[in-house]
Amino acid sequence: MSPRTTTIAKAVNEGLRRAMEDDPKVLVMGEDVGRLGGVFRVTDGLQKDFGEDRVIDTPLAESGIIGTAIGLALRGYRPVCEIQFDGFIYPAYDQIVSQLAKMGYRSGGKLSLPVVVRVPYGGGIGAVEHHSESPEAYFAHTAGLRVVTCSNPADAYFMTQQAIRSDDPVMVFEPKRRYWDKGELDPAAEPLPLHAARVARAGTDVTVAAYGPMVRTVIEAATAAEAEGRSLEVVDLRSLSPLDLDTLVASVERTRRLVVVHEAPTFLGLGAEIAARVTERCFYHLEAPVLRVGGFHLPYPASRLEDEYLPDLDRVLDAVDRALAF
Amino acid sequence: MTVPAVGGPGGRPPQPPLVQLLTPEGERVEHPDYSLDVTPDELRAFYRDLVLVRRVDAEATALQRQGELGLWASLLGQEAAQVGSGRALAPQDYVFPTYREHGVAWCRDVDPVTLLGLYRGVNLGGWDPAEHNFHLYTIVIGSQTLHATGYAMGVQRDGAVGTGDPARDTAVIAYFGDGATSQGDVNEAFVFASVNNAPVVFFCQNNQWAISEPNERQTRVPLYQRAAGFGFPGLRVDGNDVLAVHAVTKAALDRARRGEGPTFVEAFTYRMGAHTTSDDPTRYRIEAEVEEWKLKDPIARVKALLARTGQAGEEFFAEVEAEADRLAGHVRGACLAMPDPEPVSMFDHAYRDPHPLVEEERAWFAEYHAGFEPAGLEQAGAVAAGEARR
Repeated sequence: MSPRTTTIAKAVNEGLRRAMEDDPKVLVMGEDVGRLGGVFRVTDGLQKDFGEDRVIDTPLAESGIIGTAIGLALRGYRPVCEIQFDGFIYPAYDQIVSQLAKMGYRSGGKLSLPVVVRVPYGGGIGAVEHHSESPEAYFAHTAGLRVVTCSNPADAYFMTQQAIRSDDPVMVFEPKRRYWDKGELDPAAEPLPLHAARVARAGTDVTVAAYGPMVRTVIEAATAAEAEGRSLEVVDLRSLSPLDLDTLVASVERTRRLVVVHEAPTFLGLGAEIAARVTERCFYHLEAPVLRVGGFHLPYPASRLEDEYLPDLDRVLDAVDRALAF
Repeated sequence: MTVPAVGGPGGRPPQPPLVQLLTPEGERVEHPDYSLDVTPDELRAFYRDLVLVRRVDAEATALQRQGELGLWASLLGQEAAQVGSGRALAPQDYVFPTYREHGVAWCRDVDPVTLLGLYRGVNLGGWDPAEHNFHLYTIVIGSQTLHATGYAMGVQRDGAVGTGDPARDTAVIAYFGDGATSQGDVNEAFVFASVNNAPVVFFCQNNQWAISEPNERQTRVPLYQRAAGFGFPGLRVDGNDVLAVHAVTKAALDRARRGEGPTFVEAFTYRMGAHTTSDDPTRYRIEAEVEEWKLKDPIARVKALLARTGQAGEEFFAEVEAEADRLAGHVRGACLAMPDPEPVSMFDHAYRDPHPLVEEERAWFAEYHAGFEPAGLEQAGAVAAGEARR
């Protein structure tokens, strides 16, 4: 396969297809993933090519999806579950947190649970309630899970396959409003490790760390800042559990300032954890406190207000200004 | 809210008949749908299982009372439901238990000592599920019914159902209690199993009590009747009748192995003891009810049949008692000898692949912990030196 331009949604689809070709134990399961190809068409064509036994239209019950996926994994399968929207994951929360995350530990390492849970997440699509949330911190907080998120088609393609190959359960958060963003994908390229962060744009004045849907926002902010003579270094975290702090710390030691950006509310979010850990490791390098840009401590508001709720280019630049003012 | 009576005495729903092959008095009776030929050897083996399982359970309760276990969930009264169903399983079948299935564990050759690790607090479940086709105990009520259903869906995808090969065709059995039938997960498991025609038997031990809540707080219909709404058969069996439980479970497992889908078996039994050793049932149920169920004891009726029909005599019963005492001694001795885990071992197995945060915390903890040792060693060394000088 040659390098090409594709979208995140298509890259996930190709990653799933490739994984299913490589390993007959890989299954795709979820609501509407079969005949319809998923509400975002991410699983389009998979049931036609791999059959109903491997691409399973499940009953409309999220706990049931994860619970049966655990059973399939115990029988030797590698299920990839789709939770249709972020806000619908909570009925499955108990199976994910109490069973999926803990069962390998409970068994003293005798059982492995190679289950992938794909979650289209985040706002910005003008949706009704429960379709725009960013619940990643709940899962990053849970030992036993791995949590990753992609921001571009190449990562979407490779991270999907890496997550499926992992013998640990992996939550893959997919930035739904970026599903149709285009980017380069070279299937023959050597991918980064699943849990490595990446410097998405080099800079010298402030490090801005982001993940998933906010990576594009932050890169746009960096472009705007450049016009004002400010050089932002953008770190795409990619993995939320474990965190690749080494890459981030190396960047902060160069720039001496850090702003963390995510859509999720800042209170007890990933940014809080990153601020604490980076401060601990970079205390004598920092010229300013680590600042966070994120959602407010509110339920996700009605969609006509989401542009005010979500971090955008201006909110990122405002935080950059504050970091530089110290 | 007061729930009006729906026909039964004392506000209880009318109770449907049970499948029964052995009456509480030890009379062998026939049932039109479930016949069972039991050889004297088989009947004696059932008796032995029932007695040994009860004896281990009593020993574990005693160990908890003596502070050797943090908790124990007694199976007292439910021996027939567990042994009857457990002995119906083929080697390739797979079991998903709750935390009370000590009798089923016995049938799957799990050393009773291994069960104690969880309750002593030295591990979270010490046996290898794949070695016994017996999953770890599940404590969250009802979760395992979905795991069983998913496992059964895997069996279907492996083509290990409906082949007619008795060594290949595989059934899965999920154990749960009357309280669990109120859980969403159990109802979702029924839906997934039904629409997939999965080879799973839902084995509900209705022991009448979900801690302090009686059946009336969980259901307005006999539990087995719920199966009809999900599209598969359900039936109620005398859960204190090891023969009937065996016949009914075997039929349900065979049906699953043939590819005919799930069955709901409601084993009507009684929790003779407390919910766990932390519970005090005198706060919520009357002794007369317990006395009534004592007359339906699962072991007494097998003993009565064996004795009355001359299939066993005093010598056999004494032998089994002696074996039970030896087994209890083994369980006690091994429990007391169980070492506490090494502190740093808590960092093992949270993940299969390396995880930098866990490794960082492990390294910190090991160093922190080691920081306490020199003082201890110095003290020990000083004592040793003092002894050497004397």
